[in-house]
Amino acid sequence: MRRNGPDSFYPRPSVFLLVRRAGNLFAVVVTGLFALLAVSFLVYLILYVAHQGVSFLNLDFFTKTPAPIGGKGGGVVSSLVGSLLVVGLASLIGIPLGLLTGVYLAEFGRGGFAKSVRFLVDTLTGVPSIIFGLFIWIVVVVPAHSFSGVAGALALSIIMIPTVTRTTEEVLRLVPNELRDASTALGASPSRTILRVVLPSARSGIVTGIFLAIARVAGETAPLLMTAFGTPFFNTNLARPIDMLPLRVFTYTLSPYETQIHQAYAGSFVLMLLVILASLAIRWATGGFRRRR
Amino acid sequence: MAIEVRDLSAWYRETQALKEVSLSFESNSVTALIGPSGCGKSTFVRCLNRMHEEAPGARLNGKVLVNGTDIYGRSMRARDVRQQIGMIFQRPNPHPLWSVFDNVAVGPRLNGLSRGSRLRELVELSLQHAGLWEEVKDRLGAPARRLSGGQQQRLCIARAIANHPQVLLMDEPCSALDPIATFQIEELIRQLKRDYIVVLVTHNIEQAGRVSDRTAFLLSGRLIEEGPTSELFSRPQKSETDAYLSGRFG
Amino acid sequence: MASIVSSVADGTRWGLRSWGTRVALLSRRPHDLAFRTLVLLSVWIVLLIVLAVAGILIISSWPTIKAFGISFLTNEAFDPIHDSFGVRPALFGTFATSAFALLFAVPLGVGTAVFLTEFCPQSLRGSLDFLVDALAAIPSIVLGLWGFLAFAPWLQNSGERWLQRHFGWLPFFQGTPHGLGLLAAGSILTVMILPILTSISREVLATVPVEQREGLLALGATRWEVIRFVLLPQGGAGIAGAAILALGRALGETIAVTLVIGNQAAPPSASLFNTGYTLSSVIANQFGEATPGLFLSAVLEAGLLLLLITLVTNILARLLLARFGRQETRGGTR
Repeated sequence: MRRNGPDSFYPRPSVFLLVRRAGNLFAVVVTGLFALLAVSFLVYLILYVAHQGVSFLNLDFFTKTPAPIGGKGGGVVSSLVGSLLVVGLASLIGIPLGLLTGVYLAEFGRGGFAKSVRFLVDTLTGVPSIIFGLFIWIVVVVPAHSFSGVAGALALSIIMIPTVTRTTEEVLRLVPNELRDASTALGASPSRTILRVVLPSARSGIVTGIFLAIARVAGETAPLLMTAFGTPFFNTNLARPIDMLPLRVFTYTLSPYETQIHQAYAGSFVLMLLVILASLAIRWATGGFRRRR
Repeated sequence: MAIEVRDLSAWYRETQALKEVSLSFESNSVTALIGPSGCGKSTFVRCLNRMHEEAPGARLNGKVLVNGTDIYGRSMRARDVRQQIGMIFQRPNPHPLWSVFDNVAVGPRLNGLSRGSRLRELVELSLQHAGLWEEVKDRLGAPARRLSGGQQQRLCIARAIANHPQVLLMDEPCSALDPIATFQIEELIRQLKRDYIVVLVTHNIEQAGRVSDRTAFLLSGRLIEEGPTSELFSRPQKSETDAYLSGRFG
Repeated sequence: MASIVSSVADGTRWGLRSWGTRVALLSRRPHDLAFRTLVLLSVWIVLLIVLAVAGILIISSWPTIKAFGISFLTNEAFDPIHDSFGVRPALFGTFATSAFALLFAVPLGVGTAVFLTEFCPQSLRGSLDFLVDALAAIPSIVLGLWGFLAFAPWLQNSGERWLQRHFGWLPFFQGTPHGLGLLAAGSILTVMILPILTSISREVLATVPVEQREGLLALGATRWEVIRFVLLPQGGAGIAGAAILALGRALGETIAVTLVIGNQAAPPSASLFNTGYTLSSVIANQFGEATPGLFLSAVLEAGLLLLLITLVTNILARLLLARFGRQETRGGTR
């Protein structure tokens, strides 16, 4: 089967080969262009939002309540406080539930029941957040005849649960069994092993998962429209409608007043920054324990 | 037709896998590369068909001359080199979604070597040379993944042959196969040397003894000794070679 | 970000725990019992929540389900005066915008994924990865704001006019440019689903065994040929799963779409310039108006429909991704 030809090693230059090489080059260029498009949009968006809003990011923005309708100045402190309170409450509910469920799936669960639980929790991630808003609305808001921060927190906590569960389970599974064996061999009970040995060794991954969940719900708007609802007034009573940053941005987006529109941009810039910082932090933390290609 | 390797050194990022290895290969011969795991034999053959550079952080130094042409020369492209130097991998890797025929035909199709009825002849000839024709001639359209491990590996050999290479690099081709399939492939290798330069990497010393004309022993990235197989096995010059061959380490 | 492919595949392969269930369940020490109870309680609460969401939605939409049955899907609008409720325009808007988004996001996303895995120089890879991930994390409200305040006006004044001038023979680009409408919503959805498509496609492409790539490369194939003949075909099922997962995301997106789609039904035509609304925007817009009774029930039925649609797409996607994760070359002896 020897190829009949000169013994030299240079390939015969052929049109066919040139076409193939051209095809390859074309693919590089086109896919590179696509990647560039995707990435440059992000950069454009950040720059545009920053440009429109950053000049309004003064001290007042972070410390004052909204100005009367049409007035200049004012700030979004009520929204910031509200976001903190509601996301805080949501975390208090959602994180323990998610953590413990993740522990169950990784450490205890076996067989049909655990598989169903895992399946249902994973399915929960695909559900649009507005459905949870709708759910809490019909179950909490309508009977109480009032929007409330609590309702908002409940909706957000449901959104947090699957994220925390999944990352906790993944991370706990990475903990080598030898660690558990060693602990049991020393006489530790299962709960002590989990609490004192397994969980601490997976600590960074779990914290990452928690940050991920918090960052995700901090930017949510749709479910809050139907639960926390928002208010222009400063309110820390979680049983009443409470303002949150995404809601304020939403309201101001639709406003005819220039100041408020710029403040909407400013608020968006804060949200974007939050999210990008969280992404950075998570990447930095994940570099360590996750095997990434 | 000859391959000359001069002072070949290779790195994966910071780790040096090959240290100034020089070897030659003549036509119509089978050369076996033996040595313990991690000695660099796989890295060496992957440098011969420019597959080494596919690994992340891979670096290389030295010359690989095929018929006098340095395959790492500035005007040489990896793609062109690889068409002339075929490779058989440790685990058989036919395309799982393709038929037997399509797997063998992919090289000629890609490289425009033949079409139509000539392609069919080429596929048949390649399968015959690989000793697989009789077993698959009635099911050329069957999915390649249904073949047994040994058959798949012979399919890969047929695929390599169909591409009209001048050299066949075989990186532990039998390590994933059962003894009977191994025997068949060893038979095949003895026949293949009539038409190709065959370089066989193997961790099985006896296999090297059975199949090759010359053997080279590598250790920790260096070439320790090299020579006609019978001489190397019966009268190794270096103590490390002797130690390895007697099974004192490996 | 969590690896969807591997966790879906892992979830179906339960590994052996060395001391797990047996020992844990047998332990009767008080703090073990307490811990176990706590854990199980959490699991049951979560289960309860999942079931309650579905259950409450079904129960609360029962009045309109009974009243309208299938015609809920074909009725024209939410008309409280005449007590007629239907989601046909909403369904149309949902599917039209999502289909548009998929049409553009799949090539863009797969192309970007291919570039990042095959062509991108190592030095750039990390930063590009990060940027794509960051794009995924942008809150929808930000995109909605940009869409409403910057993109839609631009579309109305320049973008749509340009399209009409050059491609007006296509039925998609006829009619009056409104800025707000299906085109705006579809475009924003494209941006929103692009990152998830890209990252899952990347994971899928990474699952293709190295030996397959190398096998073709060793024959003298170009990188593009390896992509065309090995990566894309062998990754096909997984990429389809990624697309369907992205579709699910697009179907459920609310706030960005609500801001730019116009929220007004237009006479049905193929024009992308028309305004419209989606299932999710209907819920967001109508819940405040809903009076108890049929109206309320209709809003909830819209939610139920949305839930069902996204559940089906999600499960389909995960089935595809799980099956793909198991598909491998069978090497070695039989």
